[in-house]
Amino acid sequence: MNTPHHDPDYNFGYLDEQTKRMVRRALLKAIAIPGYQVPFGSREMPLARGWGTGGIQITAALIGPADTLKVIDQGADDTTNAVSIRRFFERVSGVATTELTEDATIIQTRHRIPEKPLEAGQILVYQVPQPEPLRKLEPSEAETRKMHAWAEYGGMYVRLYEDIARYGHVATTYSYPVLVNGRYVMSPTPIPKFDNPKMDDMPALQLFGAGREKRIYAIPPYTSVKSLDFEDHPFTVQSWTEPCALCAANDSYLDEVITDDRGGRMFVCSDSSYCEDRRAKGHVGKELATAEALAYVGHVEGGSDVA
Amino acid sequence: MSLERVHDMNAEPDPILIAQKLTKLYGDRIGCRDVSFSLWPGEVLGVVGESGSGKSTLLRCLAGIDRPTGGEVMFRHADKPISLFDIPEPTRRKLMRTEWGIVHQNPRDGLRMDVSAGGNVGERLMDRGDRHYGKIRAAAIDWLTRVEIGEDRIDDRPRQFSGGMQQRLQIARVLVPEPRLVFMDEPTGGLDVSVQARLLDLLRVLVRDLGIAAVIVTHDLAVARLLTDRLMVMKDGAVVEEGLTDQVLDDPQHAYTQLLTSAVLAA
Ligand SMILES: Nc1ncnc2c1ncn2[C@@H]1O[C@H](COP(=O)(O)OP(=O)(O)OP(=O)(O)O)[C@@H](O)[C@H]1O
Ligand SMILES: [Mg+2]
Repeated sequence: MNTPHHDPDYNFGYLDEQTKRMVRRALLKAIAIPGYQVPFGSREMPLARGWGTGGIQITAALIGPADTLKVIDQGADDTTNAVSIRRFFERVSGVATTELTEDATIIQTRHRIPEKPLEAGQILVYQVPQPEPLRKLEPSEAETRKMHAWAEYGGMYVRLYEDIARYGHVATTYSYPVLVNGRYVMSPTPIPKFDNPKMDDMPALQLFGAGREKRIYAIPPYTSVKSLDFEDHPFTVQSWTEPCALCAANDSYLDEVITDDRGGRMFVCSDSSYCEDRRAKGHVGKELATAEALAYVGHVEGGSDVA
Repeated sequence: MSLERVHDMNAEPDPILIAQKLTKLYGDRIGCRDVSFSLWPGEVLGVVGESGSGKSTLLRCLAGIDRPTGGEVMFRHADKPISLFDIPEPTRRKLMRTEWGIVHQNPRDGLRMDVSAGGNVGERLMDRGDRHYGKIRAAAIDWLTRVEIGEDRIDDRPRQFSGGMQQRLQIARVLVPEPRLVFMDEPTGGLDVSVQARLLDLLRVLVRDLGIAAVIVTHDLAVARLLTDRLMVMKDGAVVEEGLTDQVLDDPQHAYTQLLTSAVLAA
């Protein structure tokens, strides 16, 4: 864990208190109506819109001195985006940051849900590029609002039907639409559909912010989240034929990594913290030695010894 | 045929659709005015008149697409008449997808051009909550076959279809939820004469077999003669004559209808 200092030139959490209150009001409304998109007065942030400003505003409105923040991008804590957002909050709030899922009180994420199950009291904040799951069917905002208001969701199933007719299965692998609390169809953001089941009945609070589109939505703890499917084509998640090459996990989402210019490749956990944690506990994948030799991963205490 | 129909109507005392003094104005311009009629279950009503006489305007009001300036449309639902424009919009939208359907003059207005034929037909079933892919597909195949589109074309997009096929696809999409009422705006417009004839045959069989009520707009009196039991003649937005189709066409009373029928004879 890391405890930096709050830069006194900025208000705590960067946003002014008035703006935080406005965002919190939108959050309360969103929590009261699970899956419903609440408009909010999205502010300019010191990052271009489309770089997670919606999620950042939510985190900024919620964060307090006692919080511990984790930031991930595509599952990893060490990518440029994750690092710059984490540094931003270190500077404007001075709160502690961590890479360990279980130590965080707020986790801001783009494109993944951590592998380690979240617990009651934690908050998962998603960055949302496109909040409207019906947009591909219907370009008009006035019309999509009516469709949500009256639960006219037949068109979403037409998309699934088209996939099955063409490919024999639903080809959508990320941003796979879900039905929240049996009422609103919601975009889970571009997480892989592998993560969809984690949203269902999650003990943690899930918050979604779209900065450019000025929308906030939420899933309160222990809420039903079902991926859309047909009775005879039930929803399934991706699976891999081999476990993580580094930590041997067979229950995590794997990314393909190219290891050389001769077609060498391996599949490794996209959740870097989960993978490291497993290696620290002595789990050894079959490519770990090679990866350490290539300095793709640092040597972790408890991991295999490399000659 | 017509007499038999009249007899049927007496056995079924409640109209499915009633228009009362229906008026639609576009600013100062009259779309249609003071149109009143009743339509009974299983009956086919034709609306004829020259271009601009208000046929499409009337149809759009009846189908709940456009709100009339005055008057009322009553639809019989769950055994009681409901006033189409007094009920909440979501209820009206739901009825529009389940209880009746509209076949547009231009298939582009009635089809999703980027969705396969099967998806176009299946959408109405998914709208009403069907969630079994196999059953939806089977129903789509059944309806495509009924409108004479081969099962092997089920995954093609409408843009890969001819004009006549697009029109038949639109008809399948409208009929699949088994509505009690259909509206058709020039269903054979823009088609070759031979294609028209086949489509008309098909429509006649479908409408008679299913016993659904229909309002069919056309400016083609031959189409009216072939498909409809009763006819309304419109001019300048108003109904100038109505009656059993054969009577109106064979013995027109109003001068305008006489002109209309003689024009066809002369042609
Ligand atoms: N959206 C509109 N705005 C203004 N005027 C309209 C509109 N739609 C129709 N009208 C007018 O209402 C009148 C009736 O038009 P409508 O389209 O109902 O005629 P129609 O009988 O269907 O003609 P056609 O046989 O050419 O399809 C015409 O004078 C037309 O110009
Ligand atoms: Mg017209």
